[in-house]
This record gives sequence, C-alpha cells and structure tokens, in this order.
Amino acid sequence: MTSDLFTYTLRLADDAAILGQRLGEWCGHAPTLEEDIGLANVALDHIGQARNLYSYAGEVEGAGRDEDQLCFLRKEREFGNCLLVEQPNGDFAQTIARQLFFSAFMLPFWRKLTGSRDETLAAIAAKAEKEAAYHLRHSGEWTIRLGDGTAESRARMQDAIDLLWPYTGELFEVDGVVERLVADGIAVDPETIRDEWHATLRRVCDEATLTLPPVGWMQSGGRSGRHSESFGHLLSEMQYMQRAYPGMRW
Amino acid sequence: MYTQALNARDTEAGAVEDADRVAAFQARVDAEEKIEPNDWMPEGYRKTLVRQISQHAHSEIVGMLPEGNWISRAPTLKRKAALLAKVQDEGGHGLYLYSAAETLGVSREELTEQLLSGKAKYSSIFNYPTLTWADIGAIGWLVDGAAIMNQIPLCRCSFGPYSRAMIRVCKEESFHQRQGYELLLEMVRSSEEQKEMVQDALNRWWWPSLMMFGPSDTDSQHSAQSMAWKIKRFTNDELRQKFVDATVPQAHYLGLTIPDDKLSFNEATGHWEFGEIDWDEFMRVIAGNGPCNRERLAARKKAHADGAWVREAAIAYSRKRADRREAARHAAE
Ligand SMILES: [Fe+2]
Ligand SMILES: [Fe+2]
Ligand SMILES: [Fe+2]
Repeated sequence: MTSDLFTYTLRLADDAAILGQRLGEWCGHAPTLEEDIGLANVALDHIGQARNLYSYAGEVEGAGRDEDQLCFLRKEREFGNCLLVEQPNGDFAQTIARQLFFSAFMLPFWRKLTGSRDETLAAIAAKAEKEAAYHLRHSGEWTIRLGDGTAESRARMQDAIDLLWPYTGELFEVDGVVERLVADGIAVDPETIRDEWHATLRRVCDEATLTLPPVGWMQSGGRSGRHSESFGHLLSEMQYMQRAYPGMRW
Repeated sequence: MYTQALNARDTEAGAVEDADRVAAFQARVDAEEKIEPNDWMPEGYRKTLVRQISQHAHSEIVGMLPEGNWISRAPTLKRKAALLAKVQDEGGHGLYLYSAAETLGVSREELTEQLLSGKAKYSSIFNYPTLTWADIGAIGWLVDGAAIMNQIPLCRCSFGPYSRAMIRVCKEESFHQRQGYELLLEMVRSSEEQKEMVQDALNRWWWPSLMMFGPSDTDSQHSAQSMAWKIKRFTNDELRQKFVDATVPQAHYLGLTIPDDKLSFNEATGHWEFGEIDWDEFMRVIAGNGPCNRERLAARKKAHADGAWVREAAIAYSRKRADRREAARHAAE
C-alpha cells in the first residue's frame, strides 16, 4: 500500500521534474522575450510541483530520501515519467504541442485529485490545478495562433501534433498501482478524464484549423522505466552536479 | 546600468537648439523635476538616454545567456527554481527597459536590430564564460552587486520612465545579489573543495566586475554632460570605489582572497585601495574579442532567426482575427 502510494507520487513528481527540465532549456532562446518569460513561468510551476511531490514521496517512503536525492540520484530505469514529457523541445511548435497534450490531461486530472482521500495529494493538486489552467490556456492559444497563422506555422504545428500524438496513450495507462489506488479513493482513474481531454483538444484544433490524428498505435514504457534514447542525456545533464560532487550541500 | 559610457558622444546633433528652451529644460533638471516623454528635451539628452537605456536593456538580455547555461545543471531543485526565476527577472528587466526606450521614439525592433548587427554595445561582463556552479553565485554577488551600485543613483535619474524602471529593477537586483552571496556562503561552509571552486570563481570574475563601471574618469568622455543632466550622479571611479569598499569585507567574510596583491585598506581615507585594472583587456572585450563575444551574439541571432516564423505567425493570426471581426461587423450592419 505504502509502496503503491510512493510509486504513484513519484511518477507524478517525475512528470513534473522532467517537463520542467525540458522547458528550462528554452530560457534565453525563445522566439520572443515574452516567451522567454512565459515558458520560464511554466517551467517554474512544474519544478515547484516536482519539489512538493518528491518531498511527499520521500515522506511516504520513509527511508530518509529528500526531494533532491529522489530527483538527482536515481538512474534512468528508475524514472517513471511518461515518455511525452521527456520528448526534446524540438521547434516551438513541438514544445507547444507537448504542453497542450499534457496540460489538457493534467487540468482535469488535478481537479479530480483534489477529491483524493490522501490529503497531501489533494492539497498539492489544488495548487497544481490553477497552474495547469494557465498552462493549458498558454499552449492552447499558441496552438491556435500557429495553426491559423501562416502556411509555415500551420505545417509545423500539424507536424508537431502528428509527431507527439503517439505519446498521449500513456497518459491513460492503468496498471496495478493505479488500479489499487483508484479502488482506495486515492488516485484518479484516467479513463474518467478521456472525454474532457479529447473535447479540449478537438476544440483547440478546430479553432486552429488543425487535424487531430486517429487514436492508432501508441508508445508505451515510461511508467516502467523504459525511456527514449534522449532521456539518458537529459539525466546526465540534470544530475551532473550531484554525481560529480556527491554528498555536498548547495 | 551596464552601459560603461563607451560610445562617442553625440551632443552636436544637427540644428542649434533654442537657448531659452535649453535653459528652461536645465532649470527643471536642476530643480530635480522629472522629465517625461512628451516634454521638450535637447536632442543630445534624448540620444544619450536612448543609448544608455538600450545598452542597459541589451545587457539584461545577453546576460540571460551565461546564467542560463547552468539552469539545466543546477545542483538542487531549489537552486534550479531560484536560478530560473532570476534569469526570468533579467528578461523582465529587459522588457521594462525596452519600453522605457520606446517612450523616446525608438522601437524595440530597431533596438534588437542594433544588438544583432553588433552596432549596439552591451556590458563587457557577459562576454565571460560560466565554467562552474560557483560562477552562478559569483555573478549574483558581484555582477548584480555592481549593477546595483550603478543603478541606485539611476532611481533618481531626471528622466521619469528610466527612473521608475530602475526603482523596480533595483529591488530585484538586490534580491539577486543576496541570493548569490547566500549560495556562495553555503558552498564555502560545505566543503574545502567547494570553497576552492568559489575562490576560483572570484579570481575569474573580480576584475571583469570592476570593469563594469566603465573607463576611469580621466578617460571617460561622458561624465560631465550626463552629470549636468542628472542622468549620472556619480563618476565611474566613485562608483567603482563604492563597490570595492562594499565587496572586500564580504569576500573576507566568505574566507576568500581578492585576487589583487595591491589591495590594501587606507586607514586615513577609510577606503580600500586596489591595483590597476587591465584596460587593454577591457578595450579588447568591448571591441568584440572577449572569450564569449561571438557565442553570445550567435546565440541571440539564432534565437531570433529560429523564432522568426513564430513571430510572423502571431502577426498573421492577429491580422486575420481583426479582419474577421471587421467582416462580422459589416455583415451585422
Ligand atoms: Fe541591470
Ligand atoms: Fe537585471
Ligand atoms: Fe539581476
């Protein structure tokens, strides 16, 4: 039981940390100064969520690991984030599509998690829900601007949607951990989110004059620690300091 | 301020100005009144401000790069969040400053163009590399520290929009400065190896930080006119001395050695005396030959070029929307 809650919380923490890491790579390199600031905001929200979730996971585990040990001292096969969040930034359209898919899921997810029987998760969810609403608005507005902008931006935005679409199936995966926690009233059954998620994407894509791909074949593996090739590089960069200088205070 | 007072002065800008207006303007400045964008001002005053404010804005923007270099490698989540927020603040400073410059009739696009073409200057400090995590602390402590020394008097600058921007910016810069110092304090207390890393960062950032105040007063062309216009309140050397006096004890508190064997405290004056700055290095970096000048400009150019299609899309979309609204209104009539 404790171990299910630990695994579940850790997966949420990993999603937030890895997406925050990716978004942070934009800082200073975005298409406009406003977006340098906007994407940094989104990154900061995710890092904040990761901190709360890792700290709670460490508490649940009870082995004395803190947020940084969980984030910086686990190996690639131990990370349980979904593959979507680790996908490289690509061009701005890919970053926006990744965020749109994720935030369209996370907004209803956090909203439902506020009703969790686990009070800590419910409290983290209440804060994260407000943040996700902003992330969805930000990525949705950009999807529409790019989709209904120029011929080039439309083509890039459509390509980004097609490229990342196969990574969305994993958001809805249910394994024993999720099943048991749903039965206990702690976790969210992702199936209860699917309609809202799909409706959000359809509304945005319609306005953006873009096409949502058919469901089709989906990627899988992140939740059980089978990641993309690029993920090891992300970790080696993110974890560099803690690996090179073990056991020091910063 | 990261302007280092370098470009040639351009007071002799065209037509002779009406002596009465100039005198009335100077009287307002002397009375510590704020000059607002729609007020009459001498052309030289306007040009000096555009140059100074835009150089300051460019410095904030280019300054995001050396620190941004460590966001992905910050050692803890707390430090990662703090660094990201700091770099984001610098972007915000760039935005307010571009807006302040725009009140003087120059567009952000023009200013960006000047930066990317290499025509506009930015502070020489950002042409040095961030090699270790300690550099992030050193930048907060020294670079933001030097910026504050320069900027606090600018909060009283005669030009209203600049002075108001500086009041807001200074609050954030002093937060950055304390945060950087606290980061270093944690490191020097944690281990000998980290303390060495901090000393190494100080060795590399000390002299470039002193150069942030610009040429020595004997070589600075701007000071007198800028002082009379109350754009500047202290000379470069005065500000540099204030910075040294404030910073040396802070270095000692960290247990560090300032990399200057001429450094000594003068009991009579109460000031720290320091060695000669390597002005050749300064001029070389300003002229484009510092360790990172090319990389910094290339990174800004790349971001600008890579983002062109996004900016074009945003413009195309807002035009389409306006057209549709217009069409809908006609249909309704
Ligand atoms: Fe500044
Ligand atoms: Fe700044
Ligand atoms: Fe700053």
